[in-house]
Amino acid sequence: MELVLSAGIGVFAGSGIWLLFRPRTYQVVVGLALLSYAVNLFIFGMGRLRLNAPPVLEKGVAGGFLTHTDPLPQALVLTAIVIGFAMTALFLVVLLASRGFTGNDHVDGREER
Amino acid sequence: MNWLGHLIILPILLPFVTAAALIPIDERRRILKGSLSFGATLVLLLTGTALMIASATAQDNGSLVYQLGNWAAPYGIVLVVDRLSAMMITLTTLMALCAQMFSMARWHKAGPHFHTLFQFMLVGVNGAFLTGDLFNLFVFFEIMLAASYGLMLHGSGPVRVKAGLHYIAINLAASSLFLIGVSLIYGASGTLNMADLALRIPDLSAENRMLLEAGAAVLGVAFLVKAGMWPLGFWLPQAYSAATPPVAAMFAILTKVGVYILLRLSLLLFGNEAGTSAGFGQGVLLYGGLLTVTFGTIGVMASQAMGRLASYYVLISSGSLMAAIGLGITGVIPGTLFYLISSTLGICAFFLLIDLVERARDAGADVLAVTMEAYGDGDDDEAEKEVGAAVPGTMAVLGICFVACTMLMAGLPPLSGFVAKFAILHGLFASLGENAPITAAQWTFVALLILSGLAALIALNRVGIRTFWNSIEGTVPRVRLIEITPVLVLLAACGFLTLQSGHALRYLQDTATALSQPQIYIGSVRDAVPVVSHGGS
Repeated sequence: MELVLSAGIGVFAGSGIWLLFRPRTYQVVVGLALLSYAVNLFIFGMGRLRLNAPPVLEKGVAGGFLTHTDPLPQALVLTAIVIGFAMTALFLVVLLASRGFTGNDHVDGREER
Repeated sequence: MNWLGHLIILPILLPFVTAAALIPIDERRRILKGSLSFGATLVLLLTGTALMIASATAQDNGSLVYQLGNWAAPYGIVLVVDRLSAMMITLTTLMALCAQMFSMARWHKAGPHFHTLFQFMLVGVNGAFLTGDLFNLFVFFEIMLAASYGLMLHGSGPVRVKAGLHYIAINLAASSLFLIGVSLIYGASGTLNMADLALRIPDLSAENRMLLEAGAAVLGVAFLVKAGMWPLGFWLPQAYSAATPPVAAMFAILTKVGVYILLRLSLLLFGNEAGTSAGFGQGVLLYGGLLTVTFGTIGVMASQAMGRLASYYVLISSGSLMAAIGLGITGVIPGTLFYLISSTLGICAFFLLIDLVERARDAGADVLAVTMEAYGDGDDDEAEKEVGAAVPGTMAVLGICFVACTMLMAGLPPLSGFVAKFAILHGLFASLGENAPITAAQWTFVALLILSGLAALIALNRVGIRTFWNSIEGTVPRVRLIEITPVLVLLAACGFLTLQSGHALRYLQDTATALSQPQIYIGSVRDAVPVVSHGGS
């Protein structure tokens, strides 16, 4: 599982960074989205990987890291997802505005000659 | 908890409520919106001052701690006020007050929801200064950035949208780095509370220490992007010179948020008691800061337009601050903080002044025309009517303000820019002692601090001569009283700072002493007890 997760983070981050350096604004948006997926998975990984362990305590059951998973990174991921989503939406609007002003989707507003 | 205790959360809560309350008010009632917003900021300024007094007179030199939701420190999120954060809040609100007053003359008409976004940015900035928790810091940082994206695009137009696009892309990428850094630190130490983290760092095992340092480095890069360190700061001149003047004036504090957090975290987490991690990242700050000053100096000399000149000066200012923090000498900190206040106020005033001075030229009018076009013709009539009540002897007043800004930015006596640089250099040489050798990096710092002032002086002289003495058009810009007042207030604040520099430096000396003893901060956070409820259960 560690291998799958780390490979997943690597692929997401790699493609995200590559797309971030592309000249089209849409590619940049997708790149930023992929990068934020990679980051979210990474935060999960920092809470240590556990299978089939609940993050929330139940009544009458003593909690501990043997039976439960760390809930904090999950809360952090949730916050990060919400913020990242809002920022992507905002960026999309700016992209459309830029397209409206310049008539093309190059990040610098004009094609290279 | 008495009323003073609850005052700590006001710098976050008040702008938040104000911003929300401004949204449903109709866009056309700008005067009402502006006045509400202005009033709220005025209350904030008083709050900031009260917090400064409260933190300066706190018991045992400790910090004031506010436990959100009444949860004790490592589990709950705390807000912490000490001299440094109270001072930063006061500085921010003073600048906000002036920028807001300035915007009410015409710029707040250039787009919707200006005052709402402005208040939300204050939420973010104040929150970043107050919070004692790393993840909470991320949230406030994002609030600040989200509002700043809106403000950056305020006024619209191709130039701003293009600069805004780059600004947003860079900051989104930096936010990813922020998250990676925070989660690495959590993974290595198991806490996100800054005080708790500082307690745990000395006892970390070797492999966890490596992870933590990696996390701190990644986190640091995110703040260095914000502060505009050399290879990471190319976005800054473009964005700042494209933003509308009141927004650019307010953005001057955003780079300082990055600097503030670097100062706070490097002294708290990697102070003398951090074991083998002590002084982590200081070299990067020092050399990065020196390179930034060099880049900014060249940029200032090469700039034609005043907006770009001011933007490059922002780089000089934050570069000097980073290098001064990177020196790692406690004696330099008071002067550094004085420089922070003085240069930020100076830049803020200069950004506002540029708009007034350039109004005489056609370039400024063009931008405004584009702005008005983008938002329909409805505003035209109103704009015509409001041009009245011009200040007499406009050019003379503007010229005097320009000279004062020049003295501030170049660090010439008698204004506070000189006192700041003198205090930094004095602190540096006094701390070294009798026969201690001065390293090459320290000499470079001294030389660059003085040379950057010289470069600013030359560039500003050139621009000033061209604008005031060599103006071809000879048209006198029409300046309203509420536009020149903010500039005068900011310059008067610098003048006051100069006159009272003894008191100011004593306050900053105490700030530096408290910062160099992280155990005071840690103790205040750890020993804060939840409030016992009276009555009820």
